[in-house]
Amino acid sequence: MGLLTSLKDSITRVTDGLFASEEPKRIGIYGPPNAGKTTLANRIARDWTGDAVGPESHIPHETRRARRKEGVTIERDGKEVTIDIVDTPGVATKVDYEEFLEHDMEKEDAVRRSREATEGVAEAMHWLREDVDGVIYVLDSTDDPFTQVNTMLIGIIESQELPVLILANKIDKEESDIQRIANAFPQHETIPLSALEGQNMDEVYEKIAEYFS
Amino acid sequence: MPEVTSGDGDGGPNEGEDGPDDGVRVDMISGARMEGLTSMEKIRLILDGVREGNIVILEEGLTPDEESKLIEVTMTEISPDEFNGIEIETYPKSSSSNPGLFDRLMGKEDTQKLTVIGPANQIETLHKDENLISTLVSRK
Repeated sequence: MGLLTSLKDSITRVTDGLFASEEPKRIGIYGPPNAGKTTLANRIARDWTGDAVGPESHIPHETRRARRKEGVTIERDGKEVTIDIVDTPGVATKVDYEEFLEHDMEKEDAVRRSREATEGVAEAMHWLREDVDGVIYVLDSTDDPFTQVNTMLIGIIESQELPVLILANKIDKEESDIQRIANAFPQHETIPLSALEGQNMDEVYEKIAEYFS
Repeated sequence: MPEVTSGDGDGGPNEGEDGPDDGVRVDMISGARMEGLTSMEKIRLILDGVREGNIVILEEGLTPDEESKLIEVTMTEISPDEFNGIEIETYPKSSSSNPGLFDRLMGKEDTQKLTVIGPANQIETLHKDENLISTLVSRK
């Protein structure tokens, strides 16, 4: 009997240990190009670890590889969550190198950038299907959210049954329209913010802790 | 929905003549035609048509997983001065049409949505709402 009890206690300790030491959740930051995904990733990483994730730019497809910042612990209102932030390239269904020529780029550089961008988008899609546990979907609140890419990506995220937080970024700009985003995706909560200015980050962190813990 | 192609032979959408040089070919692919195909066969059928400069209209659209793979495969095929990618349009899904968990578990997820796909440099969406997709198609 004593042996059985001791065996049972050992099994309980092992299983408790397994469930207690949860792996950090991989949270993908997704959205169309130039929505401010890297600015947000950097803001979160700097606020909680002191480091940045990657360079930011106004030129589309600056992020051409998924970048991961591991072990970011966010605490809000007694809730704590440790996440790996995956900053992904902006998703598009087309990439034209001539777009980059408008940003004073030589043709060779533009072609290279477009090739890297296409590889990055393919990689981002793969991550979404295989390797993320939740999604922060970032939209530029000065742009029309009713685009095919947004409709498809939200549909893909929903079909994977991943928790998703929709952020309406760039609220510091005059043309910002948060309600338009809320109307586009009424099935999800929309959180306004300016990742650049750090506006409303408290609510963003509250929601991250709530959605992904 | 009938399948309309200008191809000859057994009616495969990517077979036969492309039609007159001054026209744009439109392949309207029925749900029944897509039903027996694997995801990759569907994606190949779409991309082969689009890369030839055709507009592909799917009666029943793709599943979210297939849409994700379509984006991924499209990206791997983009080539400067040759193929810039695709333009794809479906009716925006109203939130009330979201299937419940039970329907999804039972495989009853409603993915039927008319979908228009074309080469990015030849198709431009003029207007889109829940009931109307208006696109401008230009020649190659």
